[in-house]
Amino acid sequence: MLKVLVALIPAIGVYVWMYGGGILVTLTLATLTALLTEAAMLKLRARPIRPFLSDYSAVITAWLLALAIPPLTPWWLIVVGTAFAIVFAKQLYGGLGYNPFNPAMIGYAVLLISFPVLMTKWPAALQIAQTPLSFGEQLHFIFSGQLPQNVLMDAVTSATPLDYLKTQLKLGQEISHIQSAPLFGVLGGKGSEYIAIAYLLGGLYLWQQKIISWHLPTAFLGVLALMSATFWLSDPAQFASPVFHLFSGASMLCAFFIITDPVSGPTTPCGKLYFAGGVAIITYLIRVYGGYPDGVAFAVIFMNICVPLIDAYTQPRVFGHEK
Amino acid sequence: MNALVNFGKIFKFNGGVHPPENKTQSTQLPIAKLSLPDQLVLPLRQHVGNIPKVKVNVGDHVLKGQLLAEAEGMVSAAIHAPTSGTITAIADAIIPHPSGLPDHCITLKPDGLDTWIAHQGIDWRNTDRKSLVNSLRLSGIVGLGGATFPTQVKLRTDGKSAVHTLVINAAECEPYITCDDMLMRERAAEIVQGIAIAQHLLGATKVLIGIEDNKPEAIAAMQEATANTSMQVVVVPTLYPSGDARRLVHLLLGEEIPHNKRATEVGIQVFNVATVLALHRYFEYGEPALSRIVSMTGNVAQPRNFEVLFGTPLMHLVNAAGGAKPDTTHYIMGGPMMGFNLPDNNVPITKAANCIIAASPNLFAPPPPAMPCIRCARCADACPVSLQPQELYWFAKSDNFETAREYKLFDCIECGACSYVCPSNIPLVQYYRYAKSEIIAADRAKEAADLARERNEARLARIEREKLERAQKHAERAQGAKSEASPEQATNTPTETPDADAKKAAIAAAIARAKAQKQSLDDQPQTSSVTDKPTPAADEAKKAAIAAAIERAKAQKAAALQAGAMPRNVDTASGAVQQEIAEIDARRAAVGLTPPPNEATTQAAADKQAAIAAAIARAKAQKAAAEAAKLAESTEKKE
Repeated sequence: MLKVLVALIPAIGVYVWMYGGGILVTLTLATLTALLTEAAMLKLRARPIRPFLSDYSAVITAWLLALAIPPLTPWWLIVVGTAFAIVFAKQLYGGLGYNPFNPAMIGYAVLLISFPVLMTKWPAALQIAQTPLSFGEQLHFIFSGQLPQNVLMDAVTSATPLDYLKTQLKLGQEISHIQSAPLFGVLGGKGSEYIAIAYLLGGLYLWQQKIISWHLPTAFLGVLALMSATFWLSDPAQFASPVFHLFSGASMLCAFFIITDPVSGPTTPCGKLYFAGGVAIITYLIRVYGGYPDGVAFAVIFMNICVPLIDAYTQPRVFGHEK
Repeated sequence: MNALVNFGKIFKFNGGVHPPENKTQSTQLPIAKLSLPDQLVLPLRQHVGNIPKVKVNVGDHVLKGQLLAEAEGMVSAAIHAPTSGTITAIADAIIPHPSGLPDHCITLKPDGLDTWIAHQGIDWRNTDRKSLVNSLRLSGIVGLGGATFPTQVKLRTDGKSAVHTLVINAAECEPYITCDDMLMRERAAEIVQGIAIAQHLLGATKVLIGIEDNKPEAIAAMQEATANTSMQVVVVPTLYPSGDARRLVHLLLGEEIPHNKRATEVGIQVFNVATVLALHRYFEYGEPALSRIVSMTGNVAQPRNFEVLFGTPLMHLVNAAGGAKPDTTHYIMGGPMMGFNLPDNNVPITKAANCIIAASPNLFAPPPPAMPCIRCARCADACPVSLQPQELYWFAKSDNFETAREYKLFDCIECGACSYVCPSNIPLVQYYRYAKSEIIAADRAKEAADLARERNEARLARIEREKLERAQKHAERAQGAKSEASPEQATNTPTETPDADAKKAAIAAAIARAKAQKQSLDDQPQTSSVTDKPTPAADEAKKAAIAAAIERAKAQKAAALQAGAMPRNVDTASGAVQQEIAEIDARRAAVGLTPPPNEATTQAAADKQAAIAAAIARAKAQKAAAEAAKLAESTEKKE
């Protein structure tokens, strides 16, 4: 599972370039929290600690959650989220291999519901922020919650492209007009689109290394593209293009790193297609019609519930048997 | 790739793995004939099926090729003396089996002369096929790929399903094993003659020889030997488990043998390459199965293939290969994927022993501790049967055996490809074996319970039948008295014949009995509220039935007591009952107070015996059928 961490490194690099070094602090906090809570839980459950810590599964959960939440948040947010993910979503279900839900997504959902304000305050990319913060200032904010003097929160953060799109559409704006805002880049949001590309590259590396199969990412991105294309073609003024949906929000992270969690996902090739397709449909519906700007976490959790059913109904034909 | 290698049309199966081959170590030297050991220990159970019947005694001097034990029953194989010498023991000894338990063996002390018994070949081309196949019962030949199914059984074509294609399994897909490879390199011409015999016996029109592409020399030799025949050498990619019979048939023919059918049922038969060579030796020279080629490899000084007499002690073979290196921990029989650890170094080489691997921690590192399954499904990608090993593991682990069966657990060929690829190092196959054995045990228990229930139902039915018979008898008697009184009535009304009356009476009696049973709890008089229209005959019959029951109970009691003193609780009995009792007493008196040879009890005993015999026969037939069906197709599975 070390390779999964390796595959995330390009995206983290781009993240630092786009949003500053704050993310590294978040990642470190998440990693430490994950390892400590995992070790404590293993000890409580009288399980061997070393083999389970050295499989990196807790670190992956930590990194995915850290990358999913806004990078400029108080230190305790990521700690609470990671601890909840490890303790409740993973260890209390029996630890590695027994969690029915994706722990990172459970952690994300808990934070989103509990701390909606913090969880929707994304810093603007350094290039478009009114007052870009230095690494020292970010560090200071994470641990003290204080911005430098004379800097207002609004000057640091901005709406995410998905969020902005949603609110502007509600105000009756047209897509073409909305996307002319400085927030938007060529494919998705300015800055975040590069991170999406880095996730894509990391994902392709995992596929090339045979860590993940093609089924899940292809089905997720394919169905998301198909669905958004259908709506977009029906009314380009009201619905964003497939390219925007593929490169915005958590689409790429979800396609290659989140739904590819084998434990909480289906195992049959056909089941993987249904699962990823389902996640894509729900994600799109939440983005367009739901109460949240992005819907990956809820979509994944919902489809996790369906996994036993999907697996049961997608058993491949056994050699020498009729279908 | 070798120029000779030409895949032709290959039909791939799902998955498969390619572990390090480790074959070249044992192919450096030609096959060597192993010297005579000091003694040979021949297990009677070297094959699948019944234990053969020993035909010699301790102290007998036997000649090479002499029959020591003959095939017993349909699925069995004979055992012959691999050399001349004296039988020194017929007793239990450790056999090469994972259990490490001893089994019946014949021990032979060679006299060193190696004197053959008179033997000669058969003109098989001009002999009736059936008698040829029958003569194979005396050959002792079994599938030499490792499954050791008696070859004579596989050659019996039952007319229903004609075999059109003969597949020769020379894939030898397991790592380390090279006995078939070397055999083909050195004795291709003889193998081809053996194939011709098998083809003749089966009446097959098409012959395909499947060889993995990691044996270019063997492929070349076989292509040369088959040059002027219609046999076709098909090179298949090196991928474990290509040598599994069903996988090989799919590779060569693109045909999936249905899970519930044997290959012969779809017109295909599969033989291992060494088995057909044994056929050749038997029909051409009259030589029964006395030896086989064994790959002695792994942690020995000079890995090599040997021609080894059956019964040769393992260590004799190991020493011939230069001896085991100091760090050798144990020996594996078969390949590293499907073989098993020999429980003892003191075991003989048997017909199943295609390969012996001396194991050391260097060659076979102990597996790291198993981690939880993370459902990565790599096992499913590797499974040649397209099973879902991760699900089967889950079900087996949670003792959810019924679901495991639904997920086709019994289609698992235990090839170990899943365990091989598992990143969590879970010994998956062990879980499947456990689940299978649990299910089989549960099925047996259920079968036994069913049998007991059937037996009980049969007993109850018999008791009922006897009651009816008795009632009928009495009704007849009553009717006879009646018709004597008014013969006209009897002749004028055919419906009122004694037979019809008796029948009616019997039915009435049955109804009465049922009602009586219902009321017996209330301890009410048994004769109250009986049939709708009680006829005199019915009344009589009813009474007779009751009397019969009492009589039987008494007879049983008497038999148990074996004494003359008998309680006479007959105050409430009707006249007929009293009469019955009197009759019984008379009979008892006639035989001197011993329990009468009562019809009911003898009949009961006979019925019981018959039921038990039938049950045993049924159980045996089921077992034999299951075994034959399961094993006929798993023969020559692991190469």
